[in-house]
Parts: sequence; C-alpha cells; structure tokens
Amino acid sequence: MTATTNEPSPQVQTKEPVLQATGLVKTYGHVVALDGVDLELYPGEVLGVIGDNGAGKSTLIKCLSGAESPNGGTILLDGQPVHFRTPLDARTHGIETVYQTLAVAPSLDIAGNLFLGRETRLPGPLGSVLRMLDGNGMRKRAKEQMTSLGIGTLQNMGQAVESLSGGQRQAVAVARAAAFSSKVIILDEPTAALGVRESAQVLKLIESIRERGLPVILISHNMPQVFEVADRIHIQRLGKRAAVVSPKTISMSDAVAVMTGALKVAPEQEVAGQV
Amino acid sequence: MSKVSEAPHSSYDAAEEFLGHRTPAQRVQTTLHRYPWLSPAIVLILSVIVFSFLNENFASPNNLSLITQQVAVVGALAVGQTLIILTAGIDLSCGAIMVFSSMVMAKTAFDSGLPGWLAIILGLIVGGLAGAFNGLLVTKVRLPPFIVTLGTLNIFIALTLLYATGRTIRDTELAAGLNWLGETFTIGEVRVTVGVVVMLVMYAVFAFVLKYTAWGRHVYAVGDDAEAARLAGIRVQRVLMSVYVTAGTLFALTGWILIGRVNAASPNSGIDANLDSITAVVIGGTSLFGGRGTVLGSLIGALIVGVFRNGLTLAGLDVYYQTLAVGILVILAVSVDQWIRRARA
Repeated sequence: MTATTNEPSPQVQTKEPVLQATGLVKTYGHVVALDGVDLELYPGEVLGVIGDNGAGKSTLIKCLSGAESPNGGTILLDGQPVHFRTPLDARTHGIETVYQTLAVAPSLDIAGNLFLGRETRLPGPLGSVLRMLDGNGMRKRAKEQMTSLGIGTLQNMGQAVESLSGGQRQAVAVARAAAFSSKVIILDEPTAALGVRESAQVLKLIESIRERGLPVILISHNMPQVFEVADRIHIQRLGKRAAVVSPKTISMSDAVAVMTGALKVAPEQEVAGQV
Repeated sequence: MSKVSEAPHSSYDAAEEFLGHRTPAQRVQTTLHRYPWLSPAIVLILSVIVFSFLNENFASPNNLSLITQQVAVVGALAVGQTLIILTAGIDLSCGAIMVFSSMVMAKTAFDSGLPGWLAIILGLIVGGLAGAFNGLLVTKVRLPPFIVTLGTLNIFIALTLLYATGRTIRDTELAAGLNWLGETFTIGEVRVTVGVVVMLVMYAVFAFVLKYTAWGRHVYAVGDDAEAARLAGIRVQRVLMSVYVTAGTLFALTGWILIGRVNAASPNSGIDANLDSITAVVIGGTSLFGGRGTVLGSLIGALIVGVFRNGLTLAGLDVYYQTLAVGILVILAVSVDQWIRRARA
C-alpha cells in the first residue's frame, strides 16, 4: 500500500500534532480491527475520518476516546504518551467525545445537561454543607457558552431538553463537549440521527469550534458533509490508514475509490500537516 | 474557511412560530408536563371540596387529624419508593423491609434490654442493608428491579416471621422511645402525631435533595436514559446503589413511624403497604418509566388515597367502593402521564 507513506513535507507542516497515534493495533479474538493505524491531528484543524463499514473507523475512535484500549501502538497527546482506560480518563486529559445517539438526559434542562456530571456548587456553607448547586451560575455560564458558539436559537437555559428538536439536542451535546474540552473534540457520526437542516446547524457548530482553535475529529458516513467542513481527510481502509487527503485536491468519487481500494493515492498527493 | 451554506430558512424559527399558536389542549399538556404534581394537586383540592359538601364531619379537626395519621405510613414509604421509581425501578419489598426493621427495633430492645435509641439505629442499619441487598442484585447481577424485589419481598417476610417467631411486641413491652412517633400535639384544634411530622420532614429533605443537589440530578438522569448518563460521565451503578440503600433506610424509618401508629410491633402489619406506596407515587404523577416526577407529587398522591378512603366511608359507601375508586384513580393517573409524555414530540 503505497499510500501509507507520509513523509511530512516541511513547507506545509508548521506545528506539532496535538494528538498523534502511531501503529495502533486492536484485535478482537482473531479479528484484526486495527492493523497499525497512524493518525495525526494538528491544532485548529477539522480532521475528517471516513471509511467503509468494517474499515476500523469506530475502533480507531474508541481507542482515542478511551472506550477501548489498543493492544499495541502509542498515543501521544501534546507529545506526551497517554494510556486511556476509560472515557473518563480521556476526558480528564481534555478529550471530549460526542456520540451519534444524542446522549442527553431529556428531562433535565439545557444548563443541567451542559453541566451533567460536572455540576458546580454554591460558594460558602450552602454549597459545602447543604451541597446546594449553583443553578443560576450554571445557567449563566451555559448561556455564555451557547452564545459564543452561535446557538442563538436556544434562549432559555431552563428549558427541558426533551422539548428540543433532534438538532438542538445534538447542539447541546456539542456545546457540552466544547465547554469542557481543552485539547480535542471527537464527533462520532454527529449528524446520523438528524435531518438535513439540523445537520447544517451541527456543521456550523463545528466551524465555530474550529474558530476557537480547538481541533476536531469528525467521523462520518456522509461524504458531502465531510468535504464541506474538513481541512484534511483521513481515509481508513482494512484496519489501516489508506491515505490522508485534502478535500480541495481530491474529488469525492476519488475519495470513495480510495476507500474501496480501487485507487491508490500517490505520496505527493497526500497532505501531511496543517493546510 | 466557512463553506457551510446558510439554511434557507431555519427550522427553529418555523418551530417557534408553530409553538406560538398552540391549541389550549397543548398548552395544558405542556404545563402539566412541566409540573407533574399539578394534576394530582387539582384532584386533591377538588376531592376535599366535594367530600366536605357530602359530609359535614369530613372537614372537622378530628377527621382531618385521622386522615393525616392514616396517610403517615404509606406517605413515608412513598418517599423511598419515589426515589426508586425515578430511576425507572420499582420496589415491591418496601413494606417487608419496613416491617422487618420495625421488628428488629422492637425485639432487640425487648430481648436484650438494648436502649430504645440504639435499637432504632440498629433497625435503620438493617433497613439500609436490606436496600443494599436489593441494590447489589440490580447493579451487579443485573436483574430487573421488579424481579429482585419480588424475590426479596418474600425473603424479608420470611426473615421477619422467623425472627419474630410470629409474636407481636405489644405496647407495654415496647422500649422507651420506640412509640414516641405515636405521641400527639395540637395545632389549633387538629391533633398531629410526631410520626406525621417526621413524614413531612422526610418529604422536605428529599424535595430539596432532588432539586438542589448533584445527586438529585443524577437520579433523574439515570432514570431518564442510563446510557446517556453513563456517557456524560455519571457512575450509573453507584447512583443506583445509593438510591437503593437510601430507600432501604427510609423504609426502616417508616418502620419506626409504623410502631408509633399501631402502638406495637407486629410481624403481620403493613406487608401489603408496598402496593399502596406504588399507588401513591403513580397517582402523584411520577412516571413508572423513570426520570419524571417529584416527591411532592407522591405526598399529594398519598393524601388523595387517604381522602378518598376516608371521604367515601363518611359518605356511607361500602369499603369495596373505596378500593374501586383507588383502582380507577391509578388508571386515570397513568393515562394522564401517557398523554403528558406525548407533549415531548
């Protein structure tokens, strides 16, 4: 597979990767899901990850988000080796993941969902003795967060999430990730459960996150969406990285051809670093 | 680079436009959805008014005092039951835990001359352990709460009867302090037992905890969607375990109220209180699917059952009609819950 050579060309690579995986291996019994995958994520970029079913996209993401432990290979976060045993591990390292299943608590309000599992208490004895939550403070910060992400349609932070549309719920989940992530946001098929307009809202959100400088890994089946927002596209095939391409220089049909193995990308067509 | 094309017309604007022109029925639905205790509160107020007209004795201080005493045990039991139902569980063993704990309180003091307060603490610990046993079976063995508590219901009844050897500990045999919750004082002309006050304190504490603490929010989140709660970083099994232990302790506390109410500790009393507590919770607007409801609603639910039973008796109706009325109330309450839940869409 010629495509896996990725000598970084010095004129494009200007920064160190935030997240770097090298030679990741994951096997389930004698099924090899990941067969030495490399992945680099640079500051402030949106990295699309595409691949056919069974190519190892999900397993790759699970290894990066702590849901699975790889059998081999290394993961470097800011150049430091890390080993995630649980999703909570990854989260304390600043990696937040948004799942396709609209993982919110419907009966809680927007602020409650944003701070779910990370609630802040009132200062003084009300907080330390009575364990009272700082409801107003959390609503205020939730509001700031939503405004800064451009989710202006959600005004009332006391609104129950169950009264929101699917796209708005996903917006809450993405906002939660953006609020607490310090390093990386992973979006696993964030639009799979959404309609066309709602998906457009989520894609806009991804752009707001990039504008903040946070790097995003976007896993999707939806090629047009990936081509719309990604700076670079990691193509996964048969448990390996087939190529990293730029959506500007490759056509969608060529990308599909790489995914299915009908086309191999010449090394000079690959994009190694920051675009 | 900002390549995302503007959606021609945001769907949210359209939705808000639509929300602005809701039918009255939809508005009622949304309001009831927001305040699940509201519909039972209306039922309670209406029933009090109707029964007061039907019988002049209904609103008399003596009768109101009687209703509160009749409600105290089931009402107190319903606090723990609400916690468990909020997590989408159910506890059929609550009455058995209550009676078992009350026997432990009375018999340890009677047999070994343990001071009353120590016997009460012992009983509370036994209740907590019984709840922990339920919780372990739910979280570790991963059995459905209905099955777990159906099993432990029988186990705890058997343990109670074996431990008590079928014998009731009568009022003269009770250690000091054990029947303290049966003592009364008067507010205006209404006599109130200490047990009723303890029940109200239990409601106040858990209304506060559920609304204002992180634990309370996590209870709702787990009952709503356990998988979503887990992905949000909540330790779901730990929350469930804490709910079962807390509920077990509250059932034991209710056992103390029970001793005061009947002025004795009998292995045969109150074992069928489990279904009554579920009835109170369900009539109070808490959803059996979890994640929606309040303890305040359960108090109102317990009061509704108490008011109906008492009012129908005063109206001269046969006891069978009370049971019929309670049955109809339960079905109505669940129907309203289903209707309200559709407001989500």
